[in-house]
Amino acid sequence: MNSYIPLLLLFLFGMILAGAFLALSHLLGPRRKSKDKNASYECGLEPSGNPHDRFSVKFYLVAMLFILFDVEVVFLYPWAVQFKEAIQSGMGSFFFSEMILFMVILFVGLLYVYGRKAIEWE
Amino acid sequence: MPMIELKDIAFIILALITLGSAGGVAFSKKIIYSGFSLLGSLFGVAGLYILLSNDFIAATQLLIYVGGVLILILFAIMLTSKIGDIAVTNKSINWKVAIPIIAGLACFLISSFSGDIWKVADKTPYQSSVSFIGNALLKEFLLPFEVISIVLLCALIGSIVILKREVK
Amino acid sequence: MEKIVSYLVGHCEKLQHLPEDFIYLALQVVAGLLVLMLFVAPFAGIISFVERRIAARVMDRVGPNRVGPQGIFQWLADGVKSLLKEDIIPAQADSVLFRLAPYLVFVGMFAAFVVVPFSSGLIVADLNIGIFYLIAVTSIVVVGIMMSGWASNNKYSLLGGMRSAAQIVSYEIPAGLSILAVVILSGSLSIQSIIKAQGAYPWQWFLFQNPLMPIAFISLFIASLAEGNRTPFDIPEAESELVSGYSTEYSGMRFVFFYFEEWANLYLIAAVSTALFLGGWNLPSAVVSWAQTKGDVLLHLLQFLTFFIKAMVMVFIIIQLRWTLPRVRVDQLMALCWKYLTPIGFVVSLGWQLGWLYFLRECLWSVM
Repeated sequence: MNSYIPLLLLFLFGMILAGAFLALSHLLGPRRKSKDKNASYECGLEPSGNPHDRFSVKFYLVAMLFILFDVEVVFLYPWAVQFKEAIQSGMGSFFFSEMILFMVILFVGLLYVYGRKAIEWE
Repeated sequence: MPMIELKDIAFIILALITLGSAGGVAFSKKIIYSGFSLLGSLFGVAGLYILLSNDFIAATQLLIYVGGVLILILFAIMLTSKIGDIAVTNKSINWKVAIPIIAGLACFLISSFSGDIWKVADKTPYQSSVSFIGNALLKEFLLPFEVISIVLLCALIGSIVILKREVK
Repeated sequence: MEKIVSYLVGHCEKLQHLPEDFIYLALQVVAGLLVLMLFVAPFAGIISFVERRIAARVMDRVGPNRVGPQGIFQWLADGVKSLLKEDIIPAQADSVLFRLAPYLVFVGMFAAFVVVPFSSGLIVADLNIGIFYLIAVTSIVVVGIMMSGWASNNKYSLLGGMRSAAQIVSYEIPAGLSILAVVILSGSLSIQSIIKAQGAYPWQWFLFQNPLMPIAFISLFIASLAEGNRTPFDIPEAESELVSGYSTEYSGMRFVFFYFEEWANLYLIAAVSTALFLGGWNLPSAVVSWAQTKGDVLLHLLQFLTFFIKAMVMVFIIIQLRWTLPRVRVDQLMALCWKYLTPIGFVVSLGWQLGWLYFLRECLWSVM
């Protein structure tokens, strides 16, 4: 617990520090607005088309796959921390087989992803 | 003399972050603002988990909800055509009915909160929650743990089936 | 830390009235800010200069050499210059999100450095969940990057932000699995305990603990390169197609924050691989006992140097890679992550390695 309250404060201080730099830059830097300067740069030419264009649904699929596999990885961590102790207390095979079962089921999922060509990015 | 502990201050700050951002989610006119406001809410909840002495759950909250679910929601918003131009918000309709309901609910909640029903955790020194969770998962809650993998598999197959159909 | 607290309490009468918790807390906050101000910020600056010089050498140019001897103050000049620049917010941009995004990127990177060790005693907060926290807190940076991409009102920025987010989240899976291999060996998530579980000599490092660990190391290395948007995985800012990606519309200090994140990330990648695989700050026990007779400061200095030199070797490898390899395509990037690194990560972190560990144990028992 004690190491976390400083952490919260550091988040705040980080924000304040970043803000201080920006404020300093705001004070020191020039402020000369002009229509052309404040236009979007994009690629140096006049911006064309809709800036918030639509794009491939594949990004969504990647995020989806990430969540599913990440949940799995999160479950693996407590197990990994315990595994060394489990070996020492003779529970190694028990722990190991449980996790292998868990992993195999999810590995089937990964194979399904390959089978459906869900991550072919064209 | 009752002293305000650091913990209480931290709680108040985190609660304010959580509630403020939740308000942002509910009242923003642009849906993209609502999406980004979720960051504060999820972050605040992670902080509250730490106050409950569960650091692993807090980090998981950040990893899964901020790194995963929030990104997914943002992708969904950004994938939607011309979403930036649309200003929608929860319209306030039927105030006359809503106010008594909210007042009643508030009275009920306040009265139940102020009662002496809370279990206060013993002030044990802070310990890592990871090994505790690991033991609990692999000994007591073994079946739910294995079922989780099936649930994840179903979710995986389901999402691919839906998305592949959309692509075609 | 405890030593410093007791020293302060012993030497300052005014401090004795304060609760010890409070001093401890204040000290940690100060330490965190010092780490950022005195180490991370100058490091990010100097490494930007070093990288430009190396790049120049690779391309047979001279590189920055005007400010100070051999141009070593170039980074300071650049910093001051950006401080004096106008902070342009494009009229079309979403000004709230546009302003907020650099804060998130900066704070996310800063928060990650809290668990980076410098020596056996020098670490801002040795959290119980250290390495897991590190993975988790990076997600704030992802949100910042997506925010900047959207707010810029620029299709290249948006696409850069999206690509970056998709890339970072994808590669978190193989990175997490490789780190898992280390966690299994150490039985702890705290970075200091992981380092303590290793030794000073290469054969005591986790890198050579068993035949699969080098694979885990390389897989983590590739994944963290991708998470840091470093070449060959810098497609979010591929200048030939996306101008400068999500940071295109930024200028002045806000732009510096994005590049600060990038160069600070360089050290973070190196420090994590040093801590997890390369023995961290471990010194041979003879050196430790010798240094302890001379005082703790020397010990910590030596440990810091050990750690820093190892990390710098990694940094130079990463920089060399950047100027050697061409950029990969998006489809190659995703295929590498999901088709190669993720299954490899599964196998490395669990399959063979654990079977090996476990059956070795069983064999030993049956012999005894």
